[in-house]
Amino acid sequence: MNRRDFLLRKIGLSLVTILVVVVIDFMLFRVLPGDPIRSVIGRNVRISADTQQALREQFGLDKPVFPDQFFDTLGQWAQGNLGVSWSLRRPVSEVLRSKLGNTILLIGIGQLLAIILGVTLGLLAGWKRKTALDIGALTFSLVAWSIPTFWLGIILLAAGSTWFGFPTVGIISPQNTGKPLITILPDLAKHLFLPTLTLTILYLGEYMLIMRSSILEVLSEDYILTAKAKGMSDWQVLWKHALKNAMLPIVTLIAINLGFTVSGAIYIETVFSYDGLGKLFQTALTKQDYPLLQGAFLLLAVSVILANLAADFLYVVLDPRVKET
Amino acid sequence: MVISAILTALFAPLLTPYTPTEVIRDSNGDGLTFASPSVHAPLGTDDAGRDIWSQLIYGARVSLMVGFLAGFIAMFVGSTFGILAGYFGGRLDNLLMRITDVLLVIPDLPLMLVLVATLRQMDLHVSPLVVLIAVIGLLYWTSTARLIRSQVLTIKERQFVARARAIGAGNGHIIRKHILPQIMPLIVANTVLIISTAILVESGLAFLGLGDPTQPSWGAMLNFAFDRSAITNGAWWFYLPPGLAIVWVTLGCVLLGNVLEEMLNPRLTAHHLESNKNMVAIQKEGDK
Repeated sequence: MNRRDFLLRKIGLSLVTILVVVVIDFMLFRVLPGDPIRSVIGRNVRISADTQQALREQFGLDKPVFPDQFFDTLGQWAQGNLGVSWSLRRPVSEVLRSKLGNTILLIGIGQLLAIILGVTLGLLAGWKRKTALDIGALTFSLVAWSIPTFWLGIILLAAGSTWFGFPTVGIISPQNTGKPLITILPDLAKHLFLPTLTLTILYLGEYMLIMRSSILEVLSEDYILTAKAKGMSDWQVLWKHALKNAMLPIVTLIAINLGFTVSGAIYIETVFSYDGLGKLFQTALTKQDYPLLQGAFLLLAVSVILANLAADFLYVVLDPRVKET
Repeated sequence: MVISAILTALFAPLLTPYTPTEVIRDSNGDGLTFASPSVHAPLGTDDAGRDIWSQLIYGARVSLMVGFLAGFIAMFVGSTFGILAGYFGGRLDNLLMRITDVLLVIPDLPLMLVLVATLRQMDLHVSPLVVLIAVIGLLYWTSTARLIRSQVLTIKERQFVARARAIGAGNGHIIRKHILPQIMPLIVANTVLIISTAILVESGLAFLGLGDPTQPSWGAMLNFAFDRSAITNGAWWFYLPPGLAIVWVTLGCVLLGNVLEEMLNPRLTAHHLESNKNMVAIQKEGDK
């Protein structure tokens, strides 16, 4: 399979996946019991049958679910119109946009730290295989995998706030809202510390494991033996030959992990009452705010799918082997 | 580790001084709320004065039941998909693997939350636990399907399959008598790993409030603890034990699964930057 076919297939798959997400999103919220009009205006508000009928026509609810309603909704979504949140009484897209930055900040820093630390540790663990360092690293990643995200968050929250005085709620202190960014940076860092730490610990283990097995595979290749035979030191071999090749699986993992990171963000933001998309998702869930839930799911799923596609493109650029065959 | 948890769940009534919903009262008849661990309540009490130890032991039943049942469903769906795709190949393989690909890319937690939330709104007349088991089981089979498929692909090229076919064995017979016994150990190892995932996922969903409030699992206990501010009350006996229990069981499953997998799947044994003794060993192996 050549490069173009590979990418075309990936694009096709992404489109199909997005379609599946859209259909699920549309169907699920359509099968909910109860009259949509009633749910929006409230159960006890008295309106005449005529007004109800007029509202039905206005929202297109008198038309058949498929194809009319489906394509109507699809068109609305494509224009960024995701409806109005029931609990917040604001357009869903506006609500989502206001929380997106906070989540990207949290996920971004957490992932970056996890990747840097994980790759370094995995490299060392693979190089010094079967030493105390390697066994320690393996044990750590196994335990980190078995710990529920939210519980680790709770532990760090309890320990951090009792012994080190870290703030337990939100992203900045209430008295600092509205002040210019530069003056509240220390406060922001304080609030970000524990959630970021939780995220880093959780994802560190996985990067480390993949890097370790990847470096083990690379180190048993013949070109490593050649490099060694040329008289290069271990460090030179690792840096010049092994690292670059062993990094390839990490690229794929970053994209695959984005799905898990979204899950992590939902748990962590809930535990730390961090004002991002994850917390919003959880609030929508408990308040049964379906338009918000629908919009948030659409946004999260489509971004993860697109990120995976981006990783496939990046992979082709980075791995010369995909080009040739 | 896993066996200890299973035994605990089985003999729950023998191990607990109270029922999970019983309120412990002091001599004045008032409920003991947020009491620290004592002789009366080995792990203290919660905000309503109920015994945490009893809740923990009974919670094992719920957590393990959801984990095992969901794990078995996932294993069954995954193996079926894997065997069909691997054995019959062609269009069926293509279709099944595309379904797997699509499911792999959709972020699982948001999908599950949306599914569980809407399913619970519908009048299905089933316990919330059944919804949880079904959703977890029907979403976590993708890795099993891929693994089994690749294994079936190599097995079906082996001589004994060709011979069986030559003497007129049907597809059903070959799958049952020749393929299944070969992949069974792999399925078992994989099931153990999936069960650990299922227990983790259940705890997460229950923590986010999607568990069964009348039958609290460990995740649901943590949800109560978090909602009723056990952290600000310093009630560590409320939020530490359920989490430790989850880690105990999942770690047990992962270790068991890894041992089983390693026995079946020997990895690389050494590499070129290790001591010369190993290198010589590799060279010798290579010369053979």
